Amino acid sequence: MSETTPETDARRIAREARDRVRFEEEALELADQVYRVARHMVKTREEAEDLVQETYARAFRSWQQFRPGTNLRAWLLRILTNLNIDRGRKLQRTPDSQSLEAGDYYLFERLEDAGGEITEEERVDERLSQDSIVEALSAVPHDFRDVIVLVDIGDFSYAEAAQILDIPVGTVMSRLHRGRRILKKQLAEEAVG
Amino acid sequence: MCDCAECEQLLQPYLDRVLTEAEVLEAEEHLDHCSYCRRAYRFEEELRMYVRRAASEPMPLELKQKLAQLRISL
Ligand SMILES: [Zn+2]
Repeated sequence: MSETTPETDARRIAREARDRVRFEEEALELADQVYRVARHMVKTREEAEDLVQETYARAFRSWQQFRPGTNLRAWLLRILTNLNIDRGRKLQRTPDSQSLEAGDYYLFERLEDAGGEITEEERVDERLSQDSIVEALSAVPHDFRDVIVLVDIGDFSYAEAAQILDIPVGTVMSRLHRGRRILKKQLAEEAVG
Repeated sequence: MCDCAECEQLLQPYLDRVLTEAEVLEAEEHLDHCSYCRRAYRFEEELRMYVRRAASEPMPLELKQKLAQLRISL
């Protein structure tokens, strides 16, 4: 057994303090990205802000559980997702998504029926408002929405989303696929009725 | 060569780039001849970018400050 001298103890404490500062700084740099995802995992802006604060409070307390060199962004989102589930989200009932789903061309077809041909030059925002996107997204059942938010808005890979949500990669892909269809159906209902 | 309904099925995996080479060819062969599907594909591509843009809200400044105050090291 090697004996710890006061010197090495002091060095260890100094190194830990440095690591901790670096960890906190790196985590804070990711806050924008964490918020962007959090904003659509819950209903309101206030809830999102609370959730992000709780996430960072927990991350800063348990920073030593993070393994340096692994994906900090995914680690933070994993904490956030777990906190969100703890907040009682699992009590929410997921409606039968089958009835919410339509084909991939459905929105396109409905918009063309209502407003004429969508040319190859036309911009989408001429037919759909920004608010309608946010509204429609919030109407997507959370199992599907979480995956859309992570992959299509947060730029997480399938593997990262799988890790964050603790589901298989195949499930990420199928939920993403169906979730986008549900989103488009919602958009069609909002835009065209 | 596939028909419009099959082309619709290939839309998401095509844009996600998870199709096999043969499937990509199949889709593109149809898209070359069908302006309807071509417009539908392009619409989907635009929609994805628009969703990302519309849903990306900047973080409130106060929140950023509150997070910094949660730091333990300082
Ligand atoms: Zn076609």
